[in-house]
Amino acid sequence: MIVNKTELILGRVILIVVLVLTIIPLVNMLSAALQPADTNPTGLTFTGDPQWINFVTAFEKGNVWRLMGSSLFIVVFVVPVSLVCATLAGYALGNLRIPGARFLFIFFILGLTIPFEALIIPLYYEVQGLGILNTQWAVIFPLIGLYMPFSVIWMRAHFLGVPSELSEAARVDGASRWQEFRSIQLPLARPALSALAILLFLWTWNQFLLPVVLIADPLNRTVAGALTFFQGQYSSSIPLLNAGALIIIVPTILVFVIFQRQFIQALLQGAVKG
Amino acid sequence: MKSSIAPRRAAAKAAARRGTLSGWAFSVPALVFYAAFVIYPLILGIQYSFYKWNGVGPSEFVGLKNYIRVFTDSTLLGSIGNAFVLIAFFTLIPVTAGLVLATLIRSMRPGPFSSLSQTILFLPQIIPLAAAGIAWSWMYAQTGAINQVLNAIGLGALARPWLGDFQTALPAVGLIGSWVLTGLCTVLFLTGIGKIDQSLYEAVRLDGASWWREFITITIPGLRQEIAVLVTITIIAALSSFDIIYTTTLGGPGRSTLVPGISIYRIGFTQSNVGLASAFGIVLMILVLACVLPIQRLARASSK
Repeated sequence: MIVNKTELILGRVILIVVLVLTIIPLVNMLSAALQPADTNPTGLTFTGDPQWINFVTAFEKGNVWRLMGSSLFIVVFVVPVSLVCATLAGYALGNLRIPGARFLFIFFILGLTIPFEALIIPLYYEVQGLGILNTQWAVIFPLIGLYMPFSVIWMRAHFLGVPSELSEAARVDGASRWQEFRSIQLPLARPALSALAILLFLWTWNQFLLPVVLIADPLNRTVAGALTFFQGQYSSSIPLLNAGALIIIVPTILVFVIFQRQFIQALLQGAVKG
Repeated sequence: MKSSIAPRRAAAKAAARRGTLSGWAFSVPALVFYAAFVIYPLILGIQYSFYKWNGVGPSEFVGLKNYIRVFTDSTLLGSIGNAFVLIAFFTLIPVTAGLVLATLIRSMRPGPFSSLSQTILFLPQIIPLAAAGIAWSWMYAQTGAINQVLNAIGLGALARPWLGDFQTALPAVGLIGSWVLTGLCTVLFLTGIGKIDQSLYEAVRLDGASWWREFITITIPGLRQEIAVLVTITIIAALSSFDIIYTTTLGGPGRSTLVPGISIYRIGFTQSNVGLASAFGIVLMILVLACVLPIQRLARASSK
C-alpha cells in the first residue's frame, strides 16, 4: 500500500484524539468516584487523597452482590434456552429445508425490527396475567422470545453454510436425523453458537427497558436496570453515584477485555447479520 | 446439489420427505417462545390500541381515536420529531465519522497499538446504555468536565447545565448516541476496507488521485454493504432510544428530549392510558419498518 508520511501522522493524531474522547467520560467517572463522598466535585480533577472507600460504601449500599446474583440468574436462563431453541430451529430452516421453511423464515424476520417499546405495554399485562410480574421470570421469558428472531436467523445462516453433502452422506449411511444433528451438525456449529452466546449475554446483562418496567423491586432486576435505583439513592452524592455505576460496568469490561477477540467478532457479525 | 449420483440423491430426498414432521418438531420450541412473547403481545397491543382502558377498570371501544390522537397531539408528534432529530446524531455523525476515521486509520499496521485502539473504540458498545447516560450526565453537569474545559479556554460564557437547557438538551443527548455508536461504525468499516482489493488503491494512487477522489471512487462503493447495515442499525437505535434518555433527562426539560419510547412508558404506566400507549407503540413499529425497509431494498438492489 502506498501511504505518505503526512497521512500516516495525520491518521495517528486523529485516532489518538478520538481514543481520548472515547475514554474521557469513563475516566471522568473514576475521578469523581474518588472524591470525598460528601463533596460536590468539579469536572475532571483527581484528588491527592483518593477515597477508595467510596467503592466499598457504594458496593454495600447498592446491594451489589444481590444485583449481580439477580442478573446472573436471568442470564443463566435466557442464554442457554435461547441457544437450544435457536439451534434446533436454525437447523430445521437452514439444513432440513422443510416445506414451509421460507414462510417460517419470513415469519421470524418480521420480528427482527419490532422495537421492544412497541410491545412493552401488552407484555406488562401478559406477564401480569401469568402471575410472574415483579419476578425475574417476567424478564426471562419475554427476553427469550424477543431475542428468538435474531437467534434463529443467526443459526439458520450458519446451517445454510454447511455443505449439504455432509448430511446427505450421513443420511445415506443410515444415521437418524437426531444422530446426524448431534454428531455432525452440533460440533460444526460451535463457533456460531459461542458468538451468539456472547451477544445474548451482553444484551441480557445490559437490558434496561424490560427490567425497569416489569420488575418493581430494583434488587430483582439486571444490574443495568438497577442503575436507576442508584440514581435515586445517590442523588445527593455524585462521587457515590459514579462509584456505584463503575462497579456495575467493570465486570462487563473485564469480561470484554478477556474475550476481546471473540466479542468484537461476534458484535461485527451480529451487526452484519442483524 | 452437486452430487451426480442419482440413486443417492433420491434416497436423500425420500429421507427428507419422511423428516418433514421431525423437521417441524425441531422448530417448535423456538416458535412457542416467539409466538408467546412477540406475536401474542403484538396482537394484544393492536387490540388495546382500539380501546380506552386504564389497565384495571372496564374498557371502552373507541375505534381509531387513539391513532388520531397520536397524529394530532402536539406532545406525541413532538416526540416523533425528536426521534428524527436523533437520527442525525445516531446515524449521520457516527457513520460519517466512522468512514473518515476508518480511512485515516487504514494505514495502521496490526500490532499492540492497533488492537488497543480497537478495544477502546469498542468500550462504549460494551457498557450498558444506562451507564453511558450516567457517565454523560456528569460530563454535562453544571460543575462537570465540559463546562470545566470551556472555563479553562476562556469560553466560560458558554457554560451551562447542558441537559437542563431547552436549547442544548436534545443535541447533548444525541451526542451520547454518537459516542456510543462511532466506535462500532469505525471498526466495522475497518474490516470492510480490509476486504477491498488493495490494488485498486494503488492504481488510483499511481494515477495521482487525491485523497478525496480515492475516498469517493473506491472506499465508499466498496463499503456499500457495511454502510447499509450500519444505517439500518443506527436508525433503529435512534427511533427506539430509551435507556440514555431515561437516565439523563427523562424527556425534559419540558418536552425537549421526549422520544416515543419515553412517551409510551409515561402514557402507559404513569398516566395509565393503555390504549393510547399501545397505539403509539404500533405507530413506532410501523415508523421503524418504513425507515428500514427502503434501505434494505436499496442495498439489495445495489449489490446485485
